[in-house]
Amino acid sequence: MKITEKDVAYVASLGNLELTAEENGRMVRDLNSILGYIDSLNELDTSNVPPMAQVSDKYGVDASKQGSERFAYASREDVHEGLRKSLPHDVALANAPDADGTFFKVPKVIER
Amino acid sequence: MNLNLLTIDAARSAVQERKTSATALAEAYYAKIESDDPKIGAYLTLSMERAMAKAIEMDALAAKGEKLPPLGGVPVGIKDVMVTKGVRSTAGSKVLGNYIPPYDCTAVARLEAAGAVVLGKLNCDEFAMGSSNENSAWKPVHNPRDLSRVPGGSSGGSAACVAADMAVVALGSDTGGSIRQPASFCGVVGLLPTYGRVSRYGLIAFASSLDHIGPLTKTVKDTAIVLRTIAGRDPMDSTSAEVPVPDYVAELDKPVRGMKIGIAKEYLSEGLDGEVRNAVETGIQKLASLGCEIAEISLPHTKYAVPAYYIVATAEASSNLARFDGVRYGHRSKDVRTLSDMYRHSRDEGFGAEVKRRIMLGTYALSAGYYDAYYLKAQKVRTLLARDFEEAFKNVDAIVTPTSPTAAFKLGEKVDDPLAMYLADIYTVTADLAGIPGISIPCGATKEKLPIGMQILGKHFGEATILRVAHAYETAA
Repeated sequence: MKITEKDVAYVASLGNLELTAEENGRMVRDLNSILGYIDSLNELDTSNVPPMAQVSDKYGVDASKQGSERFAYASREDVHEGLRKSLPHDVALANAPDADGTFFKVPKVIER
Repeated sequence: MNLNLLTIDAARSAVQERKTSATALAEAYYAKIESDDPKIGAYLTLSMERAMAKAIEMDALAAKGEKLPPLGGVPVGIKDVMVTKGVRSTAGSKVLGNYIPPYDCTAVARLEAAGAVVLGKLNCDEFAMGSSNENSAWKPVHNPRDLSRVPGGSSGGSAACVAADMAVVALGSDTGGSIRQPASFCGVVGLLPTYGRVSRYGLIAFASSLDHIGPLTKTVKDTAIVLRTIAGRDPMDSTSAEVPVPDYVAELDKPVRGMKIGIAKEYLSEGLDGEVRNAVETGIQKLASLGCEIAEISLPHTKYAVPAYYIVATAEASSNLARFDGVRYGHRSKDVRTLSDMYRHSRDEGFGAEVKRRIMLGTYALSAGYYDAYYLKAQKVRTLLARDFEEAFKNVDAIVTPTSPTAAFKLGEKVDDPLAMYLADIYTVTADLAGIPGISIPCGATKEKLPIGMQILGKHFGEATILRVAHAYETAA
């Protein structure tokens, strides 16, 4: 067993999840089973292999250019309003669970 | 003329020549959905107002004798992970149960600009996480070929609606096989484009370096038409590539004689169902009879693809899904006292079991002390997988494999065993990890009449080649 109930509780707090006791037990079982399988990656010697950082850094770009130069087409000058206008207030707030017309409302952040 | 059996060109010409109207076509599809979808469960939301407005616009064009755009009047369905302005978009999750997006996904906007009539939003696994569509927060999808079986996932609604004639074509998304595997389970065509070929703007993010949008259709030609429409650079997605979009349709009829097709032994090994193996081997013989040269190749790191995938995908998911906090949109728990209560309770109530499992796995893999052992290791293995393909494509034009190790399984069969479910993606995750394109096409059926899929993988931006092989296979006697 790599992962204990304590680990699960800690990771859940990092992920802002609150698991029930039952979910906790099941999570310990599932994560251990999946991580056991994932351990097969250790059969491979990857000491001289670079990690993949970008899926498309070699294809569909000018290979004669280096680094960010390759992706120069994806950048532009800073301009007012950019590619699109910002959403109007009422549209941006329309899906909010709680709003006052100007701001998103949330429960008190600082306890007294 | 049965309006529900048309391909894109047949539907568009029928509207153009006024043998039917776009309005009548949309009505025929809505009637079919009303009668058949209760037992299949493919649609989550219908967008009738939007569909009818587009249909009326196309009918007006046709009445004036003007040439319709390439998808003029063609009814399409959209996987619910793509946002649609003014039409509820849930990603199959309770978290987004009431979410009405203020903007359109680029791929959807491009289809509509080409005249497509968007019928509605299609069921899927929650946030596209699953291989059977059983992780939908709303309802499972039943496979139209056998209602006791799953349609595959996560684009189960997309595959089922095309197979059941409830849309001419559908859009799906593929992160580890989510277009190709359901296409194979339901007996339709499904394409994973090259990473960067189709804009991801407006695709609700699961794993950003692996997510792709692509078509599910009845014919290879329809896939080529949809791809031609949705592909190409989009300034709203900085990872969309500046690569010219070829005319995929015009390329279809080029000969395949002399093409080199690779067969990887790692994809025909243990765990592969015998009937699937026979069907794919027969398919390979058919390609040989069309003049393709068949060569055995090796992709030695294949067995490490699923473990690498479940680290990379879950790590990215744990970050992407952090945005669901109950503040700006989405579910917010009632009766919470503090802000941190609100985050935790909202997420706990909103997310289903599989989504929580993946957030947990991804958070663990990225947490202090484990990053090198898991995430960095997986990204290195990803490099090895990409190199496998690079080497192979020095010698072959395309690679043929089974799409999935089995045909469609029964509902409930794998729900309690996440690892068994993950292994349903064993032949499809490799292409997502390497960023290469792949297509699944029907290649026969099992004794129980369940469809079997054959996968054709290509080089980066080599869609024209794999579409050509698929088209030759499909149209050969």
